[in-house]
Amino acid sequence: MERSVTMMLQLQNVSKEFGSGKSRVRTLQDINFEVNDGEIVAILGPSGCGKTTLLRIIAGLEKPSSGDVLLDGEKVEQPGPQLGMVFQEHALLPWLSVHRNVSVGLEMRGIPQEETRGRVMQYLSMVGLSDSAERFPHELSGGMRQRVAVARALTLEPKLLLMDEPFSALDFQTRRQIQQDILQVQERTGKAILMVTHSIEEAIYLADRLVLLSSRPGMVREVLKIDLDRPRDRASPLFLKSLNYVLNCLNASVAPESRKIGGTGAN
Amino acid sequence: MNRRTLLKLVIPLAIIMLWEALSIFIHNQFILPNIRSVLQVLLSPGTDIMGSGSLIENALMSLQRVGLGFLVATCLAVPLGVAMGRWEPLKEAFDGIVSALRPVPPLAWVPLALAWLKIGLASIVFIIALGAFFPVLLNTMQGVRGVKKNWIEAITMMGAKEHDLMVRVILPAAAPEIWTGMRIGFGIAWMCVVAAEMLPGTSTGLGYLIMYAYSWGQIQVVMAGMIAIGFIGIIIDRFFVSVERRWLSWRGL
Repeated sequence: MERSVTMMLQLQNVSKEFGSGKSRVRTLQDINFEVNDGEIVAILGPSGCGKTTLLRIIAGLEKPSSGDVLLDGEKVEQPGPQLGMVFQEHALLPWLSVHRNVSVGLEMRGIPQEETRGRVMQYLSMVGLSDSAERFPHELSGGMRQRVAVARALTLEPKLLLMDEPFSALDFQTRRQIQQDILQVQERTGKAILMVTHSIEEAIYLADRLVLLSSRPGMVREVLKIDLDRPRDRASPLFLKSLNYVLNCLNASVAPESRKIGGTGAN
Repeated sequence: MNRRTLLKLVIPLAIIMLWEALSIFIHNQFILPNIRSVLQVLLSPGTDIMGSGSLIENALMSLQRVGLGFLVATCLAVPLGVAMGRWEPLKEAFDGIVSALRPVPPLAWVPLALAWLKIGLASIVFIIALGAFFPVLLNTMQGVRGVKKNWIEAITMMGAKEHDLMVRVILPAAAPEIWTGMRIGFGIAWMCVVAAEMLPGTSTGLGYLIMYAYSWGQIQVVMAGMIAIGFIGIIIDRFFVSVERRWLSWRGL
């Protein structure tokens, strides 16, 4: 029923193994799911299920042992500006001002200074930091740094924004605030977002769909559509019901193999 | 004056007093000249000393040599260090030879330097460059290897090629450590130049001046020369530190 939406990112039987011979460990097995245009998808799973590895494979930072990652039908084989990435730790360059941190990608592309300035300010104001353009990363709070990282990832206008547990290092309140801001940014830019998180609550609050992974090897247990109106009320019965469902699903001792097929077909 | 400055002055003052007392007690200017005679040399740094040039002239000569040797060392060690830090195979290939040569004191190279380059500027520069080379190389390599993977990946995601990575991430990120290597390297180079100037065939520089003055029994000139060497060393080190504080201080944040 979602077929009218263009499928943007597609994972086809992505597997990843580390090591060789007897010490060979399979961390990801036959991962299949897709992200549609304008959609927020969250990957959830117990720690050690390889969700960060999966995101890095999608970003092109690591190669899958087998399977393909397709972006608009083309194989992603190396990192590039078609995908924006927000890392777990902000990864801003400490010797550059906020403005230069955000503009660095545009500078590398040789975009004229005027245009660069305009675009940088546009995205900085979108994350509410236009006043901090001349400050340095160490002068900002953790939440502000992550906002800068989001602005930086957006300046090159990627097709898809990848986020690797982007708010896990932030305190509770900051986290709540930045979650709302991300939804706003997403609404304004219409960008598809694929994020990895270990917070079920965060995933249900933000995402249109959840991809639940099992651990060792990581496999898709289930893909779940979250059909709640925004802004979502974290205390609403439906929200809590989803939360419980996901919790049970992740804790389930059911052999993941038996649920794998149903999982990818769920949407 | 606060307590800390007072504390810092205690030992130097005690040494000066002990020196003066001993010089009076020993009463032999060929062993320990008194402070006044040393100060006399230091306070007229432009005066010619027994036909071998003034303190300033000789200091400039030494500085020129050390500058040249240091420049050669930096120009070789920084690119090699960056390459070794960035590409593991290159590090593997060079590791053995570097760890074999590093413990050899620069002065042990003197005979070879003389045999290959003859007496003169080239062999002195060679010795100095050897002294400065390894600290710069190792610190540069360490600095490049220590660049956060996160930074590199973040810039790579924006479509950076190796050249962009080098200019925008790796060199700036490693700059504080490269600079520290240069600071240590310059300190060693400064020690090497003085020692190299004591070699036969040299007739200028602070090292030469000290040896020359010694052969004429002018111990007050020897001591004045030593103080000058120490003083110049401190000034240059301060310069390195202040540049680090001004431009490269983001590391400590």
